Amino acid sequence: MAYSTKVIDHYTNPRNVGSFAKDEQNVGTGVVGAPECGDVMKLQLKIDPESGLIEDAKFKTFGCGSAIASSSYVTELVKGKRLDEAMAIKNTSIVKELNLPPVKIHCSVLAEDAIKAAISDWKKHQSKEADASSDGSKKAEQA
Amino acid sequence: MVKLPIYMDNHATTPVDKRVVEAMLPYFYEKFGNAASRNHSFGWEAEEAVDKSRNQIAALINAKSKEIIFTSGATESDNLAIKGVVEFYKDKGNHVISCVTEHKAVLDSCRALERGGKATVTYLPVDKNGMVDPDDVRKAITDKTVLITIMYANNEIGTIHPVSEIGKIAKEKGIVFHCDAVQAVGKIPVDVERDNIDLLSMSAHKIYGPKGIGAIYVRSKGPRVRLAAQMDGGGHERGMRSGTLNVTGIVGLGKACEIAQTEMAEEGRRLIELRDKLQAGIFERLDEVYLNGHPTQRLPGNFNVSFAYVEGESLLMGISDIAVSSGSACTSATLEPSYVIRALGTDEELAHSSIRFGLGRFNTEEEVDFVTDRVSKEVKRLREMSPLYEMAKDGIDLKSVQWKAE
Repeated sequence: MAYSTKVIDHYTNPRNVGSFAKDEQNVGTGVVGAPECGDVMKLQLKIDPESGLIEDAKFKTFGCGSAIASSSYVTELVKGKRLDEAMAIKNTSIVKELNLPPVKIHCSVLAEDAIKAAISDWKKHQSKEADASSDGSKKAEQA
Repeated sequence: MVKLPIYMDNHATTPVDKRVVEAMLPYFYEKFGNAASRNHSFGWEAEEAVDKSRNQIAALINAKSKEIIFTSGATESDNLAIKGVVEFYKDKGNHVISCVTEHKAVLDSCRALERGGKATVTYLPVDKNGMVDPDDVRKAITDKTVLITIMYANNEIGTIHPVSEIGKIAKEKGIVFHCDAVQAVGKIPVDVERDNIDLLSMSAHKIYGPKGIGAIYVRSKGPRVRLAAQMDGGGHERGMRSGTLNVTGIVGLGKACEIAQTEMAEEGRRLIELRDKLQAGIFERLDEVYLNGHPTQRLPGNFNVSFAYVEGESLLMGISDIAVSSGSACTSATLEPSYVIRALGTDEELAHSSIRFGLGRFNTEEEVDFVTDRVSKEVKRLREMSPLYEMAKDGIDLKSVQWKAE
């Protein structure tokens, strides 16, 4: 099977590989896939709570070249987008951009899932932080 | 500087040896006769060449030349052996013993018989090194068993089965023993008498001969083994395989066997040396690499290894100037990871991470050094990109993680 030029480009020069530091604020992490299926994607989005804009994105992927390319492309795609725009990204646009063959469509689906998982993780953290700060204020009152 | 691309997938196929091509050429041009033409010199010449080839093949496996039947390759030989025996001995029984790591040509022949209600098949497991236990063979035998079909050496992991012991059991119980010896013939000493093999499949293109030609050895004495032909026609090959003989291919197979017989010992030593150098080099440069297959009872040129946390197809893509193969689902037509690696009882993800190096006659030490370096660098690069490697380095037990699979 021959790979498309864009898949080869992303595989050879992946964009935004890595992880944010553990103490980094405002980061949502999505991990999708499973090792026994041969694909695991970790997508991290740094989202500004004020503006709701995705400021930065990083990925790490265990998977075939198309899975690596899909996640690499997604990090480029989401940067600067609003959350609702990112949530609206469909796997078909990844397929189109990377020219993925039918057997590799699941890689694009996984990448779409990773965006949603990362955003939902970020939202969870935001509400927890909100809870935590309200808890904190209560404790302060009691003291 | 090594010449790229490097071919290191010699279990899949091998280049044809120049000496084999030279031997074949006259049979395309001036000696083009049909070996079945009994009334002119063209036919006689062809027949003579076929006879010579039969002798060369027989000598390599310690058989008699009349016991060699030509086929289109090992897939046909396997089909003929398994379906032919079950059909011929149907009054005696209908049970077949095979093994989970057999080649698809054997497994699918067995499944076809099961589907057609013609046989029940026991698929024996293998141990963590991919070896079948002769005791399991013995225990699986019933009074209905007509065939034991176990390969000589595995095409993915190179593990060499205890064939002599299995052959002994089969002989003792009076059961036909078929051995798919495609990967073993010409690589390690195969002896149908010592090993008590009744039927043996082989192929030319795995031993530096042409594609599309193979043979099956059919024991003629002690006991005489019978087969129901699977191809109807002119009754060639003692009625077991009809069809005009592929004389050029047959000449090539014969020559390939002759070369193998002369050079096997020396070549085997050289390949083990190269293979061990490759293996040692990889293990030295990388952590968390796992050998698939038997540490010692293994084909000389075989090195099958799993690079944990790196998916096989992505690694192949990164080393695109080196031809090797992977057990990753992404590289197979069925989208399933290697059933052979999974049969070893290793973690499923290690099957996705497996790479098979197959060294052969034309590989050099220089190539081994290049491959060691190239592969190690690419594995390191991909691990830097792998979330699993990161998690493992952070001390997370990957088995304890709840994965959100599709």
